[in-house]
Amino acid sequence: MTDISITLSEQIQDACSSQQPLSIIGNSSKSFYGNITHGQPLEISSHTGIINYEPTELVITARAGTSLDEINQALTEHHQMLGFEPSTFNNASLGGTVACNSSGPRRPYAGAARDFVLGCRIINGKGEILHFGGEVMKNVAGYDVSRLMTGAMGTLGVLLDISIKVLPKPEDEITFHLEIPEQQALDMLTRLRSKPVPVTASCHDDSGLYIRLSGSSSAIHAAQKNTGGDIIKESKTFWEDIREHQHDFFNNSEPLWRLSMPPATNIHLEGQTFIEWGGAQRWLTGQTDNIHIRDTMEKIGGHATLYKNGNKRDDCFHPLDNNMFKIQQQLKKAFDPENILNPGKMYKGL
Amino acid sequence: MTETINKTTLIHELSQFLDTDSLLFKEEDLRPYECDGLSAYRQLPMLVTLPRNLAEVQSIVRLCNQHHIPVIARGAGTGLSGGALPLETGILLSLARLNKITNIDQDNCLATVQPGVRNLAISEAVADLGLYYAPDPSSQIACTIGGNVAENSGGVHCLKYGLTVHNISQIKVVTIEGELLTIGSHAMDAAGYDLLALFTGSEGMLGIIVEVTVKLLPLPETAQVILASFDDIEVAGRAVSEIIAAGIIPAGLEMMDNPAIRAAEDFVHAGYPTEAAAILLCELDGTIEEVDEQMTVVRDLLTSSGVSDIRTAKDEAERQQFWKGRKAAFPAVGRLAPDYYCMDGTIPRKTLPWVLKNISRLSEQYKLAVANVFHAGDGNLHPLILYDANNPGELERTEEFGGKILELCIEAGGTITGEHGIGMEKINQMCIQFEDQELEQFHAVKNAFDPHGLLNPGKAVPTLHRCAEFGAMHVHDGKLSHPELERF
Ligand SMILES: Cc1cc2nc3c(=O)[nH]c(=O)nc-3n(C[C@H](O)[C@H](O)[C@H](O)COP(=O)(O)OP(=O)(O)OC[C@H]3O[C@@H](n4cnc5c(N)ncnc54)[C@H](O)[C@@H]3O)c2cc1C
Repeated sequence: MTDISITLSEQIQDACSSQQPLSIIGNSSKSFYGNITHGQPLEISSHTGIINYEPTELVITARAGTSLDEINQALTEHHQMLGFEPSTFNNASLGGTVACNSSGPRRPYAGAARDFVLGCRIINGKGEILHFGGEVMKNVAGYDVSRLMTGAMGTLGVLLDISIKVLPKPEDEITFHLEIPEQQALDMLTRLRSKPVPVTASCHDDSGLYIRLSGSSSAIHAAQKNTGGDIIKESKTFWEDIREHQHDFFNNSEPLWRLSMPPATNIHLEGQTFIEWGGAQRWLTGQTDNIHIRDTMEKIGGHATLYKNGNKRDDCFHPLDNNMFKIQQQLKKAFDPENILNPGKMYKGL
Repeated sequence: MTETINKTTLIHELSQFLDTDSLLFKEEDLRPYECDGLSAYRQLPMLVTLPRNLAEVQSIVRLCNQHHIPVIARGAGTGLSGGALPLETGILLSLARLNKITNIDQDNCLATVQPGVRNLAISEAVADLGLYYAPDPSSQIACTIGGNVAENSGGVHCLKYGLTVHNISQIKVVTIEGELLTIGSHAMDAAGYDLLALFTGSEGMLGIIVEVTVKLLPLPETAQVILASFDDIEVAGRAVSEIIAAGIIPAGLEMMDNPAIRAAEDFVHAGYPTEAAAILLCELDGTIEEVDEQMTVVRDLLTSSGVSDIRTAKDEAERQQFWKGRKAAFPAVGRLAPDYYCMDGTIPRKTLPWVLKNISRLSEQYKLAVANVFHAGDGNLHPLILYDANNPGELERTEEFGGKILELCIEAGGTITGEHGIGMEKINQMCIQFEDQELEQFHAVKNAFDPHGLLNPGKAVPTLHRCAEFGAMHVHDGKLSHPELERF
């Protein structure tokens, strides 16, 4: 439990006046992610501690350096959880998780990190400590800066404390498996999407389709009778492995692409794919033609991120069109006028 | 290049691309646009434009940018904070005619609609597919989706299903330069900063929303409602916490205090216990098995929490009946006095007893009665202050009282608006909720999109040296600006 806000704010003020770029470093669990930046390190990892946790208010507020493990443990004691099921990787911090909008298997059914963020304290590029949002569910006072920070990878502000809405853990969960090929799996996921079936995770790999159901025991078993398939034994560890990229598919040193697209999209790209999120998130390896990947995504209204590996780390995120880039640059300037916070981490010039 | 321009020349320029019926400038034609749902604030715009397509919206905005004329977007004008209040020197840009549902994508559970489409029209259009659009503000028969995005509107179901921000996937906006920008995507995220979140709730200050793609959800298999009565409002508040602590997220969890109960019962005969200090309406939805089990848990919890009476709607008709009282609460309270003023703040639920105690203390101090209607699940409080604007000084007292309630919400760790927005109404309380540097940051955000301050200027974020005037939702002699709507 330490609060280093003031120190951090002074460091940023100094960097601002000397125009010294900073590399914001949390627990480095996702150091593989995003473009390489060159800056003086700004260490957040010792800014730790749960500041407030009110199970009956469904909200937890913690400092950015607090590990997800600590947060998950506190929540588990009250039978609650982070609804977006983020990866913990190697000791992920809350700040890094929110900065990357890191969201796991439950995302299509419960929401992404950005959907659960209620408020935050940040330091902008001038070193000012600012507070936006709060600890309540409904709050429309001022622009939604807290959600804007989510996924901005620290380029708009250093996250200090974050308030997150939490959810009760479901009473029970089961996972069933259907040995069906990709196209059939996508069709089934599309059918399920418009039915009131309590699906909370889905994926497709070489061995077929896996679907998790959550809720009361009787409800999920009743639902499973209709969908068919075989209930697997290790539901919990199965999805943990996927969330943590421990599944065999990810055991690979080739460039790993994350493709985000409308879930019911039929596309074929050379290489190996692993489908998640009802079809909306697909992982791809064995494909090196970046331009082809991005063109294909562009055509179907999706976007492609070079998530991990690959030797060039200056173009990880899908390019923005000119108008959009200009607006994002202006926004960057509004928060970080001297361009010192993780410059280039997302895009050159942001 | 900017050039100043007079009204006549502007009308001439606009009429080059707008039909005569898309351009209003005579006083009697402008009159219906002088206010939104907060009718205490009135101002005639210089002129009103009613474009029929995107190209016209872009041409209007470009012209405004060129001549530095303020543009105020308007949907249905049901907003309760003066967000769509015109400016004497500005153009009011109504999006009401852009009212087509352009695409329903059943496979991806998305619907793409123009900004003037009414909230309820979306759910109606997809009902036969077994789908619906979840956010359900009580103005949903009238308010537009563009307005919903601009206000990040909620409804009774937002505890479980989220606010507008959680239920939209993509928007298209026209920037002040007249460029069309696509924000978000039909996937679950988009590259770059999350401008979709930034635009949601931005009150028309950053761009004109010209298209919205909303997420559709499958209709739940079943829904059930419990009506619980309490002799003590604090006990009711604790019961709410216990339900949440038991791991249940009800679809709706609403509370009313005794004055609100009595008014509602008098008005619509919902079968409410008029002696109760508070009632709770708890709706559960989902699969049949899940709802059955949760109903048992909730009933047991309520019984042991000290409820004085508990009833479960025996059929759909009774379920509707229970809700009817709640939905009619505003107009019902409106019958108790010539005027009422509807407040909208959010508080951490646990502070409810403290906040209510202080509201009743203030009520005595200001000699004005209050009825409380509460989205208990998510802490969104709507105190309704009763007054009579014909009594000299009473309106001013009401406004001051209202301001004090908002300050209580801040003190309790909450916020001055849960769903109605800042607009003109709460602009001075913004100065209390935020520090100067935070307000400056908001201005910098606006500046990134709108460097000349032409989009809805003067709303939502106060300038540092001047916190704008304070207004109220006035209801005189029960006449609201949208009397046809149910009030939550
Ligand atoms: C009886 C009643 C009940 C209500 N109940 C609820 C409720 O339960 N929950 C709730 O959240 N609200 C409620 N409201 C408030 C109101 O209905 C909502 O704020 C609604 O979203 C406003 O929509 P509108 O189309 O009427 O917008 P308007 O009032 O026309 O505009 C609202 C704001 O949005 C901006 N705007 C409108 N359209 C656009 C656009 N296309 N692009 C950019 N900016 C735009 C305007 O400039 C203005 O700032 C209620 C209002 C009434 C009268």
